[in-house]
Amino acid sequence: MLYDNPRFFPAGDMALVAELGDAISPEINRRVRSLTDALEQGGVPGVFDFLPTYRSVLVYYDPLVATSDEVQDGIKLLLQSAQSTGAGARNVVHLPTLYGGDLGPDIAFVAQHNGIDEQEVIRMHSGTDYLVYMMGFSPGFAYLGGLDERLATPRLQSPRTEIPPGAVGIAETQTGVYPVASPGGWQLIGRTPVKLFDPARERPVLLNAGDYVRFVPIESRERYDDILRRVDAGEYVVDVETEAAES
Amino acid sequence: MSGAALKIIQPGMLSTIQDRGRYGYQRFGMPTAGAMDMFALRAANALLGNDDNAACIEATVLGPRIELLADIRIAITGADLSPRLNGVPMPMWTVVRARKGDTLNFGGPADGVRAYIAVSGGIDVPQVMGSRATYMKAAIGGIDGKPLRAGDILNAGYTDSVGEDAEERPAGIMPQDAIPQYGSEHVARVVLGPQDASFTAKGIDTLLSAPYTASINSDRMGYRLEGEPIEHVDGADVISDGTPLGTIQVPGDGQPIILLADRGTTGGYTKIATVISADLSKVAQAMPGHTISFKAVTVEEAQAAYRAQERLLASIRSGGEVTDAAAPRIAVVMDDTISDILDGDGEPLTLPAAVGEQVGTHSGAARIGGATYEFDITVRRMSDS
Repeated sequence: MLYDNPRFFPAGDMALVAELGDAISPEINRRVRSLTDALEQGGVPGVFDFLPTYRSVLVYYDPLVATSDEVQDGIKLLLQSAQSTGAGARNVVHLPTLYGGDLGPDIAFVAQHNGIDEQEVIRMHSGTDYLVYMMGFSPGFAYLGGLDERLATPRLQSPRTEIPPGAVGIAETQTGVYPVASPGGWQLIGRTPVKLFDPARERPVLLNAGDYVRFVPIESRERYDDILRRVDAGEYVVDVETEAAES
Repeated sequence: MSGAALKIIQPGMLSTIQDRGRYGYQRFGMPTAGAMDMFALRAANALLGNDDNAACIEATVLGPRIELLADIRIAITGADLSPRLNGVPMPMWTVVRARKGDTLNFGGPADGVRAYIAVSGGIDVPQVMGSRATYMKAAIGGIDGKPLRAGDILNAGYTDSVGEDAEERPAGIMPQDAIPQYGSEHVARVVLGPQDASFTAKGIDTLLSAPYTASINSDRMGYRLEGEPIEHVDGADVISDGTPLGTIQVPGDGQPIILLADRGTTGGYTKIATVISADLSKVAQAMPGHTISFKAVTVEEAQAAYRAQERLLASIRSGGEVTDAAAPRIAVVMDDTISDILDGDGEPLTLPAAVGEQVGTHSGAARIGGATYEFDITVRRMSDS
């Protein structure tokens, strides 16, 4: 449920949480993005950083410039005048993905767990556009919403010590891509050669909250290697489709 | 302009380049990193007249061994890891003039965990997303995103050897009574929230009454504490949200974790309280095995403490004058012969003009009866006349 008025919670002496609703829903998340867009345009004096999540925004401010009450008043004002975000066009970022094989070693388990075959896993996983609800956890990691529940699979009993960047995985009802090498317990069903995080790039992080992600199956290892070469050479341009919104 | 200033001979246990951190990119999942003990980092920069955000070396427990490649001023703050310049104990929380060829090393931890080694002009490594701070997990900042290694050469923003003026800036002064003593029993003030409502009154009472012990699993990401389990109302999970600096999250086992510089930007555990920024130094200087207890304050009290710390930093920065050439000279008396003590350039060494200031941390020389004698001396002004 979207609250009528934001709820504020202290987060120490230099930050506060503005909570806008009580659930994971596209509607509440759109409201979060409206507030973020308004903050980005320099909305509230003293605010020096902010972090939008599913249903709230963590707002950092300098107490030498503004009190907690002043920041709260500023946020309320922004919310009153903020344009509703998400009614316009939406960006669908295409992530070419090689499913199965060495790069997706758990696809057989995901298929077996859900009583379907591997081709159906690929068809269902690549047949949905996933909303980026928020970025977080590690640089470039996107919390995606919209996984088909028929693909939900528990995490590995014992996490892998290192998962390479680009690994595409499933954990319970979530799907996502590892942006940097890290340990992890997700079921790996494929890998994308596209870099979600590259500090050498002008925009180090590929995805933004509010974007949609579409996994596009790569037909062969040769094609994957070819894209990877172009990515490494800085020649690959990620396909971003701009669509009119459904509603 | 910048020049080679420091060469790492041995890196020590964990030495990284840090500044105030990488703000503005948390919304893309980028942790801030930055100094664990922000007060110590900023005090070192204030003492040297550096930019408030200049990069320093954060040394951990066992400090590095460093060769100086230029005449340069150094300030060491934070934990007392027993710094030595050319083998002689080096004073902390003050500006020390070091010479090309000098060696800085550390004898071992005496009080605290993290020391900050600052040089005139700051350490010059490329900025990544507006910061020089090393964030090891994503391999960014510092030198190639890694802890310092033997053989690394660090440039300083401005050094004597390239004729810039960072060396001429007035040195700051740290009031003696403001130098922290960290000890082993730390009390950190907290502001309750953002999710204190997820805990029972008994759970909050537990946090605020029982001392917790810093476990061995305590690092730049966070301090895992061990002690009386903290009781939730209804489970430890929340819809994943932002993790403020210093926040205390409590997973299902009831054992609190204080999230620090290298924390992930978001998390899904309930956050009972947040350590106030003025007390984060105490957490950063706690060794595994030390105790940390928590005391609740209001946001207003926490912000008053923050403002007091900002005032202290400003007073450190504006504190001192450099030694006036007309000040009284230091001399030795031997067999009724009075002789000037000379500095490395053959000029008479002068008395420090201000409290806390010192001169001649090494290589004083005196000419007595035609012969030259060298001294390792430190002359520090302890009080006003």
